[in-house]
Amino acid sequence: MQSAAERLSAAGTANALELRGVSRLFGALAALSDVTMSVKPGERRAVLGSNGAGKTTLFNCVTGDFPPTSGTVRFFGEDVTHFPPHERIRRGLRRTYQISQLFGGLSVVDNVYLACRGVSRGRFSLIRPRRNDALMQSALDLVNAVHLTDFKDMLVSELSYGQQRQLEIALALSGAPRFILFDEPAAGLSPTERSELIEILTSMPAHIGYIIIEHDMDVALRVVESVTMMHNGAIFKEGNPAEIESDPEVQELYLGGGHVRL
Amino acid sequence: MALLDETGSTPVSSPERAQGRWTQWFGQIPAWGWLLAAFMLCLPLFASNFVIYQIFGWAMILGMIALSLMFLAGYGGMVSLVQMSVAACAGYMVAILGNSAATEISLGWPWWLNIPVAILIAMAFGTISGALAVRTEGIYTIMITLAIASAFFYFTRQNYVIFNGFSGFNSLEPPRLFGVDWRQAVPFYYLTLFWATLSYLAVWYVSRSPFGLALQGIRDNPRRMSALGFNITAHRIAAYTFAAFFAAIAGILLSWLNGQISPGTAGVGPVIDILIIAVVGGLKRPIGPFIGALVYVLLRTFALDVLVSLGLDGQRFQLLIGLGFLLIVFFSPDGLLGLWERWKSHMAKSESGLAPMHDGDA
Ligand SMILES: Nc1ncnc2c1ncn2[C@@H]1O[C@H](COP(=O)(O)OP(=O)(O)OP(=O)(O)O)[C@@H](O)[C@H]1O
Ligand SMILES: [Mg+2]
Repeated sequence: MQSAAERLSAAGTANALELRGVSRLFGALAALSDVTMSVKPGERRAVLGSNGAGKTTLFNCVTGDFPPTSGTVRFFGEDVTHFPPHERIRRGLRRTYQISQLFGGLSVVDNVYLACRGVSRGRFSLIRPRRNDALMQSALDLVNAVHLTDFKDMLVSELSYGQQRQLEIALALSGAPRFILFDEPAAGLSPTERSELIEILTSMPAHIGYIIIEHDMDVALRVVESVTMMHNGAIFKEGNPAEIESDPEVQELYLGGGHVRL
Repeated sequence: MALLDETGSTPVSSPERAQGRWTQWFGQIPAWGWLLAAFMLCLPLFASNFVIYQIFGWAMILGMIALSLMFLAGYGGMVSLVQMSVAACAGYMVAILGNSAATEISLGWPWWLNIPVAILIAMAFGTISGALAVRTEGIYTIMITLAIASAFFYFTRQNYVIFNGFSGFNSLEPPRLFGVDWRQAVPFYYLTLFWATLSYLAVWYVSRSPFGLALQGIRDNPRRMSALGFNITAHRIAAYTFAAFFAAIAGILLSWLNGQISPGTAGVGPVIDILIIAVVGGLKRPIGPFIGALVYVLLRTFALDVLVSLGLDGQRFQLLIGLGFLLIVFFSPDGLLGLWERWKSHMAKSESGLAPMHDGDA
């Protein structure tokens, strides 16, 4: 329960995302320990870190896929720490998965249609969508935006890896997102698909902020204005891309003089 | 780029699309659909009363109950053993609220009141069972629903005040509407055909509605559905409610078909039989349960005679059903429908000389 004054101040100055002392244990392993970070509305940030640094776990704590063991998560000022994932999504949070989480038995357009339906009313509707259904239309637009129009009626299980990654992004763009978490969207993409991805990210409306996990610095540093480095489940460094790139500690720990992986 | 532009600046659909909607729908009905419809409508012209009542009438009713399981298992990935009990619950309610030989229990409500109330009570029963079962997965769903089904069986057998215990209710019959005696073979056949067709079409239609699509999404990937904004628990429970509707109607028809309802109607045997029917027919498409039910009824009815004529012990017909079940599950996890589809694609392949398929061109 928030007081009116609290809510008012929250609405005015709230960060899109505000994590305070967030930890996540898996048995004895602290996948995330005492992470505190805030992201402003519209801000675009990269999260970097070696394998097992806790980047995906951070996303899971924000979306509620795995709730944090301790700490609080606020989304646009609202404490969502104990919300189930769907309540957070309905408030404008979106995500993609590092390993595609799609509906292989459904067609491309049905996948996107479900995403659009999930964040609107009528989830329980027994009436089939018509061709001119507004949501179906926005699903088709999203399919088009990720260059899958030619494959819209194909079963998702028959898509190539790169196409599945693109569909994964379309699902995260459904409805009216306010903040998106991209988990390694560029991994495994061809150079063409990669530049298409960069175009999608840079042409998104300015009010939509995101965090992108990306190992490829070429991609990451072109689409963000701030960077968070993670190491062993904790935040190791924060700054703008130039600072991070030239930071000697970062160079030593992560970059190793060149570009790591991919 | 039309990205995130909610108004959709590049309209894809044209007005012509919306116009031919009905013709498009009729065009969707495959040849087998027309043939089947014609056959079922004309059956009473050449089949005996025994065949249309005891074979097809019974098969359609069992098919509807198995259909409600198919909806949950095929689209929702939830194998519920409670559907037969939901059906029996509706049958019981019609007997209790309406008329039966047990006049000291039956309330004698008019049909237009007792039938809807019976369906609602059975749907509530299905919903509550669902609410108990949906947080479990796989084998645990089966165990919980089996436990509920057993509880229902023992409760009805031991409760004499409401359920009349071991003997249940006799002299159940459909109301005389429009001056028709619906217990007669031909009217009852058409009554059952009407509801079975309606159930089939409803499940087929809903499978492509937002509710049905989302249910299939939850079956394939509940975590992702949650991350798309769906409340998967509520959705699964709603699926139980929806499925219970068809089971309830079938349960009422079953009580009229048999003229009675008793604990044995939903004993563990019949509960398992519904699972067998659905699996044998095929869980992928709503026609599967009806195929399975027809095979089951034919076996139940004629296996005994066939066995005896072969000089074998007639009591072995259960063994025959079990053996058939084993063979089908072993050779085709998708049931008879799956066998048929494999045979069709095999024939298509050998005809076209293994031409590669290009689905992506559509
Ligand atoms: N569901 C889980 N159960 C147990 N341990 C887990 C689970 N998820 C993650 N971990 C562990 O938590 C640590 C952090 O994992 P996480 O997936 O967050 O790393 P990451 O930074 O995303 O790495 P990568 O670059 O490989 O994707 C790892 O040691 C991992 O093994
Ligand atoms: Mg990861």
